[in-house]
Amino acid sequence: MKTSFDVLIVGIGGQGTVLASNVLGEACIIENRTVRSAETHGMAQRGGSVESHIRIDGKHGSLIVPGTADLLVAFDLLEALRYRHYLPAGGRLVVNRNLVVPTSVYQQGIDVPDEESILAALADLDVTCIDAAALAEEAGSILSQNIVMLGAASGDIPLRPATLEEAVRRCVPPKTVEVNTAAFRLGREKGAGTP
Amino acid sequence: MAIRYLLGNEGIAHACLEANIDFASGYPGTPSSEVIDVLRVQKERPFTVEWSTNEKVAFENALAAAWCGVRALCTMKHVGLNVAADPLMTSAYTGVTGGFVILTADDPFAHSSQNEQDTRRYAHFSRLPCLDPASVQEAHDMMRDAFALSEEFGLPVIFRPTTRICHSKGDVDLGEIGTEHRAAEFRRDPKQYVVIPAHTRVLHKKLNEKQPDLKRRLVELGYNRHTVRGRTAVVASGVSAAYVREVLGDDVSLAIVGAYPIDEEWLRDFVDRHEKILVVEELDPVVEEVVRQVATKTEVFGKIDGTVPYEGEFTPAIVAAALEKAGITSTTTFPAAAPVPGVPPRPPILCAGCMHRPTFYAMRKVFRDGIFPSDIGCYTLGLQLGAVDTTICMGASITVGSGIARSGEERPVVSTIGDSTFLHTGIPGLLNAVYNGADMVVVILDNRITAMTGHQPNPNTGMTATGEESTPISLDAICRSCGVSWVETVDPYDLPVLLDTLRRAKERKGVRVVIAKQPCVITARRSGIKRKPYTVDPGRCTGCGACRSFGCPAIAFVDKNATITELCAGCGVCADICPSGAIIMEGRR
Repeated sequence: MKTSFDVLIVGIGGQGTVLASNVLGEACIIENRTVRSAETHGMAQRGGSVESHIRIDGKHGSLIVPGTADLLVAFDLLEALRYRHYLPAGGRLVVNRNLVVPTSVYQQGIDVPDEESILAALADLDVTCIDAAALAEEAGSILSQNIVMLGAASGDIPLRPATLEEAVRRCVPPKTVEVNTAAFRLGREKGAGTP
Repeated sequence: MAIRYLLGNEGIAHACLEANIDFASGYPGTPSSEVIDVLRVQKERPFTVEWSTNEKVAFENALAAAWCGVRALCTMKHVGLNVAADPLMTSAYTGVTGGFVILTADDPFAHSSQNEQDTRRYAHFSRLPCLDPASVQEAHDMMRDAFALSEEFGLPVIFRPTTRICHSKGDVDLGEIGTEHRAAEFRRDPKQYVVIPAHTRVLHKKLNEKQPDLKRRLVELGYNRHTVRGRTAVVASGVSAAYVREVLGDDVSLAIVGAYPIDEEWLRDFVDRHEKILVVEELDPVVEEVVRQVATKTEVFGKIDGTVPYEGEFTPAIVAAALEKAGITSTTTFPAAAPVPGVPPRPPILCAGCMHRPTFYAMRKVFRDGIFPSDIGCYTLGLQLGAVDTTICMGASITVGSGIARSGEERPVVSTIGDSTFLHTGIPGLLNAVYNGADMVVVILDNRITAMTGHQPNPNTGMTATGEESTPISLDAICRSCGVSWVETVDPYDLPVLLDTLRRAKERKGVRVVIAKQPCVITARRSGIKRKPYTVDPGRCTGCGACRSFGCPAIAFVDKNATITELCAGCGVCADICPSGAIIMEGRR
């Protein structure tokens, strides 16, 4: 019955999940489509786990229900694991090959899974793993990792690439348009949906 | 005018511009803060806008503007209305001439709050109308029209969005920004504005007499509406209505309550046509109580019988589950999907370089058996550092501290409070502690900004909401004028001095104030302050773990040995903590 295409973008406060979701929202406006999205603000932001829900063609509420997301974009491996239940069995995940260990792990001596075991735990999904840091550096700034990830996921998103690029230009700071456009294209080349 | 992708709060702010707003005030509080933040940065600003020192202050300023016949808005989060409850209750009696809208944002699930209170109860309590939007677009439209509603009834209007309205985004159809502003004029009328007993008794009667027309008008305006489609029905309010629409079968009737007070005749007419009704609303059973009151033979499901949860926020899945429990058709069944167990949590944490971290660290070192009442702000995250023992509401760190100190508890009390919170409601508590002879230390965490809600300026920042320079104030002078004789200001990045200051404070009696002063690391970075990052000399690191207890997110560990990541903001405090001298400024090897 669902008529929207639901994207969940997850990461750590400060990684730019909101900007990435803004690009998708702006792209919907450019294509005259409806959109609903939900963000994390306030205390929850400070270096904590954050999630942005974006429902392309959404007409009702902004929240995606676990088990029903069409695409999960994760800026961190641990966050991919934390939110994987939003995908149905075999769902589509685009994840950054990046693992930031939470500070509380060091303080409380909690066991943290390593990259290999996280990827093993995600193996039943349709996974594309991206080295966003390297591609962002190649594009000209390590700060463009969020747009690299968006580019990598863009082949799976029902919005035209040209629209998404235009939305990137509208959403990022003017001085960074060139770098972010390059970041989007490099990400898109690495993503699975590109021939 | 145009369809734009906007945050709920941005849409609400734009609606205020469309409605020719003349005056706006507020105190920051998630999820309400962006409304004033949008208004205060408008290039064209033919209206007054201020961040006030607290919600009562914001409320009274805006109320007075509305008494002068102009259109006024005040904004706060739900718990802020507790602070402003005193003027709220009586403003319903005095009424207004210019439109007055009180935006109070509720936070189901307490994403960023200390409780889950329901502002609709205040509307009922004060007998003021309350608007409860179901979507970002409706929030925009309702706010645009709320000022006219306020003027029509001569009453303040409570506008109550929830987190998932304020902080949701969507395509919003905006209107043109208005250009017709009003000229303010205070018209002397003691019978309305001086609430001595003889006047207030008359005003109370007038308020009550407005209620029947108000109820009918909210139906006429389409805020409370229904569609009859079968013998079973759902009544939904606020954002829950969006979730209901997503999953409701098309043979089920739907009534949406978007405004209060509810017209009982309208509701009874709807209820009577159904055999079974489910009421879906977040927080309190406000609508459900009225449904149960008007129902004669209809079976009612909701919170009171346990069909719908009382706590937290809703999702389409929770609504679908409630429909199933009540035996009402849902179009969707959601899969059982649970998080993977055992994933290490990633709670929010004080930033790398945050000035609060060394302050908490030093407090724990000096006051090993101390009791640490704290307050509302980023620094509540000091909980993770073992330096926050209580938090209840704004300003309560000092009062809870003096209460503990005077209760007979003998361990030392060290209260922490941010600069904005101190100015909000901290000062009366400090004055009280001095007056009544409490024995305690108060640490004012002075980062010169209201950080957690998005870096709004306050009187301690030196800048107004609109960026003009403001009269400098001195926290030291305020404390001294409250009667505190021992006040010391210290840079929390200078750990040895900070420790020494706290030790000296410990030796004294009475109320002692330490002002830990250093700009918020985020605002410092934005204003161009750059500090050299630190690094670990692997040859010297013994893996002792002393820096682990500091809890800085820029310090990571490979096996036992510390490394410093690119998050380092260069505060340098960890270099003072390291007993082996292994942490050094980059390039100083």
